[in-house]
Amino acid sequence: MAINRLTLSMSPHDHGKDSVKKIMFGVVIAMIPALLVSIYYFGFDAIRVNLIAIASCIFFEWLIQKLFLKGKITVVDGSAIVTGMLLAFNVPSNLPWWIIVIGSLVAIGIAKMTFGGLGNNPFNPALVGRVFLLISFPVQMTSWPKVSVLNFAMTDATTGATPLAIVKEGLKNGETFSSIMNNMPHSYTDMFIGQMGGSLGEISAAALILGGLFMLFRKIITWHIPVSIIGTVAIFTGILYGIDPEKFANPLFHILTGGMLLGAIFMATDMVTSPMTHKGMLIFGVGIGVITVLIRVWGAYPEGMSFAILIMNAFVPLINKGFKPARFGEIIKK
Amino acid sequence: MLKTFPKGGVHPGENKFSAGKPIESIELPKQVYIPVAQHLGAPSEPVVAKGDVVKTGQLIAKSTGFVSANIHSSVSGKVLKIDKVLDTTGYKQTCIVIDVEGDEWIETIDRSAEIKNNIDFSAEEIRSKVAENGIVGLGGATFPTHVKLSIPAGKTCKYLIINAVECEPYLTSDHQLMMEKGEEILIGCKLIQKAIGAEKVIVGIENNKPDAIKHMTELSKKFENIEVNALKVKYPQGGEKQLIKSVTKREVPSGGLPIDVGCVVQNVGTAFAIYEAVIKNKPLFERVVTVTGKSVKNPSNLRARIGTPINMLIEAAGGLPEDTGKIVNGGPMMGKAVSTDKVPVTKGTSGVLIFPESLAERVENYNCIRCGRCVTVCPMGLEPYLIKNMSAVKMYEELKAERALDCMECGSCVYVCPAGVPLLDYIRLGKANLNKILRAKKS
Repeated sequence: MAINRLTLSMSPHDHGKDSVKKIMFGVVIAMIPALLVSIYYFGFDAIRVNLIAIASCIFFEWLIQKLFLKGKITVVDGSAIVTGMLLAFNVPSNLPWWIIVIGSLVAIGIAKMTFGGLGNNPFNPALVGRVFLLISFPVQMTSWPKVSVLNFAMTDATTGATPLAIVKEGLKNGETFSSIMNNMPHSYTDMFIGQMGGSLGEISAAALILGGLFMLFRKIITWHIPVSIIGTVAIFTGILYGIDPEKFANPLFHILTGGMLLGAIFMATDMVTSPMTHKGMLIFGVGIGVITVLIRVWGAYPEGMSFAILIMNAFVPLINKGFKPARFGEIIKK
Repeated sequence: MLKTFPKGGVHPGENKFSAGKPIESIELPKQVYIPVAQHLGAPSEPVVAKGDVVKTGQLIAKSTGFVSANIHSSVSGKVLKIDKVLDTTGYKQTCIVIDVEGDEWIETIDRSAEIKNNIDFSAEEIRSKVAENGIVGLGGATFPTHVKLSIPAGKTCKYLIINAVECEPYLTSDHQLMMEKGEEILIGCKLIQKAIGAEKVIVGIENNKPDAIKHMTELSKKFENIEVNALKVKYPQGGEKQLIKSVTKREVPSGGLPIDVGCVVQNVGTAFAIYEAVIKNKPLFERVVTVTGKSVKNPSNLRARIGTPINMLIEAAGGLPEDTGKIVNGGPMMGKAVSTDKVPVTKGTSGVLIFPESLAERVENYNCIRCGRCVTVCPMGLEPYLIKNMSAVKMYEELKAERALDCMECGSCVYVCPAGVPLLDYIRLGKANLNKILRAKKS
């Protein structure tokens, strides 16, 4: 047989077959449990916010690539879907559609595409979008609908504060942590399952952990970032709680509420904006944990996860420079 | 716990289709093309001319320095011409082309099948026989073996490590050689041990070859100070530095040689070639080649004369599959793609691997998503993404500090990269340019 065409390329000639697309859709699959819980508690609104965010993220990415970058259209890689879902997970379920579209534009347009698209952005796009909205539309971004079971009635649900805000407000007014918790409408079990106010994707610890385990299993993430964040928060708040259990919330409360698990499992582990080495990842996670607690306990906002991640994103190049992998043959024998 | 190296590594699909297939000799070709540069170091100088009649095993090109190797005719016949022929490197190289007539071996070769366990040779004798018979490392690097057998002054060798890992997927030639020539290999080990004065011989075999581990362990009981180690299946377990680390826990320093930590590593095929060279006076003119691939009809382990065009090997393995998209000389991780199926088998050809079209091309390339997997899997503890980025912007000199020269081009980083970034292409570019700069500085 005559050979028509032989490929000539340098080694290696075999590939592990994992791809950006598979990773991105793996993340999407990992987010489904949390999405289901949010649909369960927030009803149709959860679907609405997700669809608007995903659609506008894909649209803006396509538009910018088409009009400005004029390069290969890479919308199909799935990263816009991930950004859209993460943005949706980070906002209240009753957010007006136009605010979601603005958030998507900031996330994709400013945080991602201006830097050259996937892989080049220094900051987590969904978080940039979220923080932009939080600062620009503080009222809409902090009116949390109360959870109700399978409410598809499209009626305006009543709103209420998140547990973090309740505690922050209470402590500021001089109440003790234990008395606040006694009046808290949500038990720890509720918080674990997700029956509490909050951004639509952050409420259920159980669903987020399930997604995290899936990503660990698929090797999309490693344990380093989530464990170091949660560990740091547990230790830091544990010390504070140990010093004065009436003035500070306990570690379990900190871990189960707010964006802690969503941030630790899904946002901080974003490959593009986290360090390259495992050592670096641990430092990164500790930094996020410390900053989050500082903001939650002494800052102006009840929640500090997004700010902490964005601040540590800025340190990633420095961490990569400072924490090199252990080289083979570094220790020269005698 | 199986022994292994601690840092990095990947586990590609093993695909050892030709495992357990007995080594078969293929028929002699009508013509052989013997390149004069089949080894690392200076090319050899032809000592025959057009029209000369040569016998099998006769010296046809002489080594031109210490780091160089003799080359012998692999067939008997008439030298047709000395010409430039395309070989596995992709360049046209000087080749001695011989028309085959019969198969008459030079008289000094002992062609009996008898195994002679006779190691009454002095270290010097072993070295000179190895050099004379043109033995080079058969694992793929083709470094002249007599150089490795000469321990530099002031150094001592504690361990002789025999690399029988065969961590490259698909390849099975070493495996089959151990099954069929185990005893000869171990005698070869004793000869090497004698030449370098090593205290102990360790044969490292990856755990996916339990039959070979059992067989060699059994045979090693006949000899003193030979130990067989089963190693974890992890690529690149057969990398020289990784293998040393796995079996002795010693770490070859950056830029150093195995002898710096008292080790010498030889491939198992080389040990067999040394046995043949020293005991049987047989020059290195044939070797075992695995011919394999997903669509190859009859994946085989073949004994082929050096200079045989690889299409003859492919014919012997059932012919070139219809869907052939790529032919690789060597294994899938470090082998070289060749541009035609006419290139000759050389001393370094451990396998001929045929990829179907569906596997021939590289995966789609995205932007680097900074997942850090290349860093995690790099067995040398390097940062492939960084070296790639620096090469891309021509920061060649700065690559030294990033230890780019430690890279052995195992390809693990490219294997895991989800974005399909051609990391190693850039790393090679960077290394070559850095070497150029370092050489210029020296002179």
